[in-house]
Amino acid sequence: MTAARAEPDTGPGGEPHTGPGGGPGAEPAGHLVTVEGLSVDLPTRQGVVHAVRDVSLSLRAGECLAVVGESGSGKSVTARALLGLAGDGADVRARTLTFAGRDLRRLTPRQWRLLRGRHIGYVLQDALTSLDPLRRVGDEVAEPLEVHGLASRDDLDELVAGLLAEVGVPDPGERLMQYPHELSGGLRQRALIASAIAARPSLLIADEPTTALDVTVQAQVLALLEARREAGTAVLLISHDLAVVARLADHIAILYAGTVVERGPAADLLAAPAHPYTAELLAAVPTVDGPRREVPAPRSAPPAETGCPYAPRCPLADDRCAAQAPPPVAHGPGREVRCWHPGTVRPGPPDPDVPPLPLDRPAAPAGGAHAVRPASPNGRAAAPAAGPAPGRAVVTVRGITKRFRSPGGSWRTAVDDVSFDLVAGEALGIVGESGSGKSTIARIVLTEFDADAGSVLLDGQAWSGLRERDRRARRSRIQLVDQDPLSSFDPRFTVEDVVAEALPRARHGGRDRVVALLGQVGLQPGLLRRRPGQLSGGQRQRVAIARALAPAPDVIVCDEPVSALDVTVQAQILALLTRLRRDAGVSLLFISHDLGVIRQVCDRVAVMKDGAIVEIGDVDTVFRSPRAVYTTALLAAVPRIDAGPHARKPVSATDLKGPP
Amino acid sequence: MPPLARWLARRLTLTLFVLWGAATLAFAAMRLVPGDPARIIAGGVQANATPEVLEAIRTQYGLAEPVPVQYVIFLGRLVRADLGDSYQLGRAVSGVILEQLGATVALAAGAAVLGFTLALTLALLTAGRPRARALSRALEFCALSTPGFWIGILLLTAFSFRLHWFPVLGNDGVRALVLPWITLALSIAGVLAQVTREGLERALEQPFALTARSRGATENRIRLRHALRHAALPVLTLSGWALGELLAGVVVVETVFARQGLGQVIVSAVNGRDFPVVTGVVVLAALTFSLINTGLDLLYRAVDPRMRQVAL
Repeated sequence: MTAARAEPDTGPGGEPHTGPGGGPGAEPAGHLVTVEGLSVDLPTRQGVVHAVRDVSLSLRAGECLAVVGESGSGKSVTARALLGLAGDGADVRARTLTFAGRDLRRLTPRQWRLLRGRHIGYVLQDALTSLDPLRRVGDEVAEPLEVHGLASRDDLDELVAGLLAEVGVPDPGERLMQYPHELSGGLRQRALIASAIAARPSLLIADEPTTALDVTVQAQVLALLEARREAGTAVLLISHDLAVVARLADHIAILYAGTVVERGPAADLLAAPAHPYTAELLAAVPTVDGPRREVPAPRSAPPAETGCPYAPRCPLADDRCAAQAPPPVAHGPGREVRCWHPGTVRPGPPDPDVPPLPLDRPAAPAGGAHAVRPASPNGRAAAPAAGPAPGRAVVTVRGITKRFRSPGGSWRTAVDDVSFDLVAGEALGIVGESGSGKSTIARIVLTEFDADAGSVLLDGQAWSGLRERDRRARRSRIQLVDQDPLSSFDPRFTVEDVVAEALPRARHGGRDRVVALLGQVGLQPGLLRRRPGQLSGGQRQRVAIARALAPAPDVIVCDEPVSALDVTVQAQILALLTRLRRDAGVSLLFISHDLGVIRQVCDRVAVMKDGAIVEIGDVDTVFRSPRAVYTTALLAAVPRIDAGPHARKPVSATDLKGPP
Repeated sequence: MPPLARWLARRLTLTLFVLWGAATLAFAAMRLVPGDPARIIAGGVQANATPEVLEAIRTQYGLAEPVPVQYVIFLGRLVRADLGDSYQLGRAVSGVILEQLGATVALAAGAAVLGFTLALTLALLTAGRPRARALSRALEFCALSTPGFWIGILLLTAFSFRLHWFPVLGNDGVRALVLPWITLALSIAGVLAQVTREGLERALEQPFALTARSRGATENRIRLRHALRHAALPVLTLSGWALGELLAGVVVVETVFARQGLGQVIVSAVNGRDFPVVTGVVVLAALTFSLINTGLDLLYRAVDPRMRQVAL
């Protein structure tokens, strides 16, 4: 268990804090949580990792503090340190670590257990694995009540049903008898929250609570957390996405390499970031309103060991940054920043991934007459819009329908009479929520299976409905980039093997070709001998793209290529895809649930709901003046930074997908 | 539940096929080994039976018929659950088996309970605790790499000859069963403990275990209420193997401890080419295997709700 280092002093025995749960902490005016100088060292096989270094935070009852950073920044470890769950053998040190006036450093294991679940609730990301798959949802929700003896066996079911109803689960009486896999992602997340708030804790920690959820469900889960905050619960929200926290957070702390690089009131920090990393995070968030801009791809470099950890990535870095770590300095009311150049953020130098072009978007496919868009609000010349897509269609999809058998034996229509063209050189986005049939379309275009009705043509020639033998010669023309590249790599292959395997059988020069491809996706040849497990998420996706490019395809199908990545890495990959499309002239069929991502990469977009395309057209037209009600609702649910905290969302509580 | 009934019906049909296959193999094997069954019936090779006597025996037992005809007759009897008479003992095979079944079931069932309990206890106590795990691992490797007869002899030497705690040989009472139980249990406990511990450790690393901890659950509660069910899945898969190990171990243990039981019956039956008895024991073993595996598959569905959705 966690070794919280403290002097062998007699701790305040018994209950950590008395009084009914749910209410604000013991000190009405003071902080519920105070963390000062928190450091956590984690033992690993590669030696000790300084996961958290000198982090200071505070949180009052009824407030929301968001801790934002990329994966590996130490945000989850910080949260777990508050629960005494930093990990096996973790070395937790702090000058101050208090919750409701109690010194957490002196708690015995038993006192920790009395605190967990009772006074601090914890919501982990990915409810499918965070709820025990072998236990009924009701048993999981009831566990804190059982553990802390807050309910008798007789009224447990009633209490649990009440909790599920409170978090907006329909038919709670039936749901509590079901197992996690029988619930949709949104309902699972709600059930997990219900379990975390069951004992009415005064602090709720939510670690990436909306990752992997559809935007509409995400908005509902955030509304749920907001309701807890309104009810007086302190909320510690952890995310890699500033847009997600913007709506809820009163205060934001930005974590980089285990250090708080900036903290302050959410509105001020979002409006005028003082640290270049905050600015980078803000810029990396794809937007759905305003002028479309090509996001300068953030640089990627590991944190520095000496000096400012962010210096290797920082556009402002100078000699002092490399030599000396900046101390936290005050920057306006209630704000603190660790930077030698606070508040002097300016646009970074052009990244190699994005050559500075006088265009705010990639050129549309050549040939055919294009409608000319009016100049965009930033005054720069706008590229012609790819209107109703003239030009040569590489992929022609006509009236495809696909039904699947559900476990119950009934038939479910996954794709319902869908038709579209993918024109040479364009990027067509397919956006929709999970279960809308967008991935099924990708599978059909790749002819992983055939549709029940309709046809797919490749370059005007039959593609679907053929024998695989007749397709094989043209297989390399169409390639796939998946959401999870790791599982699509043979773990025993090196990077070189992975990419070389996709090359057309060449007699010589294989390695040179691989090196060239890696260079094209921004990877160093030094990675050739690495295995997929040793790569970061962004590097893996780059290798997957290099592999897709290897046979010089006409079309790359991208199925949620960035949804498992941090926003900054996501921005890099999107910039890379945009550049490759321009350089290699490859068409993209880009599938995503994220409207901002689609907007950044695609020329045209098809919006899908329940297997059918409800709207298709030019990205700017569709996003600016959507015609379908569903598109409007989707756009409204997208979290926006400029909305700021406390801004009410136009999205209603109506479940756009309906209860599953 | 109609789908479940359909599934059960299919499994039972499959069981019949397994029985037929096992009986056929036994039939073929006993025909392939050299030796004249008539001589065995007449009292073995030493007994000087006259050709007339042998001929009479052949006629009586249907051994004069061509092999395919013998096979058909054999199957016909099997369908009526008639296993025939033992060549050596001259009694009905079913009687011989039933007489010895009790002793063997007591031995095997007791060893199974002991083996599983030992494995689960060891795994629960040592999972995720490096030092305890290392010690337990060493013991498990000893247990699973030492042959059963050797463990039996060691136990006998220590507890019967030296300490006189348990009788050396014999069939009387529970006291005589203790050492055979331990011997047989150790043969399965090593592997089962390793698999259970691995399952527990994997489950304890899952996010749901962290979630349970964050609710204030005690370590014991997390292990017993959450992780153990997850660990049970691979253990269930291995239970079929453990059963086979127990059945094979029975033969050895009964020999080492000079106990009565099916193990002894089959050893003497094979040695004496007592074809009907061998067939009887083989068919019984196949039936036990099939039924227990069907039961395990049902248990699988009970433990893992996700399996219930998978097509029956």
